[in-house]
Amino acid sequence: MQSPVQIIAKRELNSFFDSLTAYIMLLAFLGFSGFFTWIYGADVFIRKEADLQVFFAIAKWTLFFFIPAITMKMIAEEKKTGTIELLLTKAVSHRQLVLGKYLACMLLVGIALIFTLPYYFSIARLGSVDHGATISGYLGLLLMSSAYIAIGLFASSLTNNQIVAFLLALLIGIFFHFLFDLFSGGTRGFLGNLMNDLSVSRHFESISRGVLDTKDLIYFASLTLLGLFMAEQLITKRK
Amino acid sequence: MQLMDLKISSLSKSYGHQKAVDDISFEVKSGEILGFLGPNGAGKTTTMKMLTQYLEPDHGTIWYGNNSSRSSIDLRRTIGYLPEHNPLYEDMPVLDYLAFCASLQGVSAAEIPSRVREMVKKCGLDVEKHKKIGELSKGYRQRVGLAQALIHNPQILILDEPTTGLDPNQIVEIRELIKQLGKEKTVILSTHILPEVEATCDRILIINKGRIVADGTVANLRKQSESRQILHVRIEGADQDNIFSTLQSLPEVSLVDLINRNENKFEVQSRGEIQLNKAIFHLCVEKGWELLELTPFETKLEDIFRDLTIN
Repeated sequence: MQSPVQIIAKRELNSFFDSLTAYIMLLAFLGFSGFFTWIYGADVFIRKEADLQVFFAIAKWTLFFFIPAITMKMIAEEKKTGTIELLLTKAVSHRQLVLGKYLACMLLVGIALIFTLPYYFSIARLGSVDHGATISGYLGLLLMSSAYIAIGLFASSLTNNQIVAFLLALLIGIFFHFLFDLFSGGTRGFLGNLMNDLSVSRHFESISRGVLDTKDLIYFASLTLLGLFMAEQLITKRK
Repeated sequence: MQLMDLKISSLSKSYGHQKAVDDISFEVKSGEILGFLGPNGAGKTTTMKMLTQYLEPDHGTIWYGNNSSRSSIDLRRTIGYLPEHNPLYEDMPVLDYLAFCASLQGVSAAEIPSRVREMVKKCGLDVEKHKKIGELSKGYRQRVGLAQALIHNPQILILDEPTTGLDPNQIVEIRELIKQLGKEKTVILSTHILPEVEATCDRILIINKGRIVADGTVANLRKQSESRQILHVRIEGADQDNIFSTLQSLPEVSLVDLINRNENKFEVQSRGEIQLNKAIFHLCVEKGWELLELTPFETKLEDIFRDLTIN
């Protein structure tokens, strides 16, 4: 027998591909990242280095915008149409519901990243690639996505309006993605360190440089767990 | 299949300061169909949401057979629920949706196709089974809602307004289906449509402002509200005024009303729980009048409902 988490994740993934959401997202993600990695700006040919650093830097931003777009409807829509009542009166716990949605989003991001593997194979033919750095770069993207998906699900469980959920996820995300990093430059001492420690970008960069530190793993894991936990609490709160 | 009675004891639920459900207790036996009646906002839906474990009660206990856990996933497998407004995933085809619901309710993968086939047949979905739910008419959506509630063959069935949006033929079909299911399950259905209660339910429960105001069979409730007897009588053989005043002068009669001047038809109300039939018959014999009609007049369920829920 399949677990409820799997059943829900499967349904969500099917619904991504049934509607055009998944295709549009994949196309846009590959388009953006491909364009900036190979064709425009400080691309691979200008840098003349056989690595995927350009791609990772672009993907970090594209995912930042795309993830709220896929998580926004996850819980908000169920609350609006009332289908959440159908789910939660079946043999499904709140936790399983949130985990199922999380798993579906992770899988979609995973599929998007798999489609960028040709970039890696192409660059590997152009020069000698640092395989370790590439693997940890991909790992960094996955960990970052995991944190943003959790934040997105939390935002989606706060409201039953998808647009509000989208903007809220971006608003929370921008602190982690950008502002904490910015603030940490201007502040010293404890506060500066705290900002530095809270910044997704700092942790992402340290992983994508090829340094696998448990601190970074713990950071992304806690952000994910916190987001999912709060989403679960918000769904439970209706009682 | 295992039988499962429902027993609700002193259940309460408030939203802020507003008491939606106020200390209600009742029982439903397996094989019984309970009709849940009440004006809008009386607390029907809130009660049903607590029975299905969507809402947690503030106070009180719900017994599902011998279990009373407040939030148990295993218990939910024994409940089939059709929520108010019948929410569904519009983007899913009917068959996929039913299979999805079956697997969530723990129906084994091997059994799912046959269960889905059975539900499609039982709920008359065969023509529409490949369509997406969003493309269906309201009546068919309602059938899908019912099918998903039944897919795991639950012992307890909770239906919040199951016949809304159906045409008269469909209403009859769905009622028959519910009746047939009610023989082996514990069924609670809420409705606004009073004839529906008479047609389908073994027992009715009227609630108003969160409290139970009546509980019993339709016949019982009639009896309760008919402490006085009402008869329609047609009498000929004297002029109307004479008959009217003679009827009024009977000690058993509290009120006489001429309801049809051309047919000499009167409505007579008794004083207290006295049977009027004999008194009127003897009066006619004594006076030599012709008694053309003597029909006990039944209080309509609508009247009972109005009596109990206004004020």
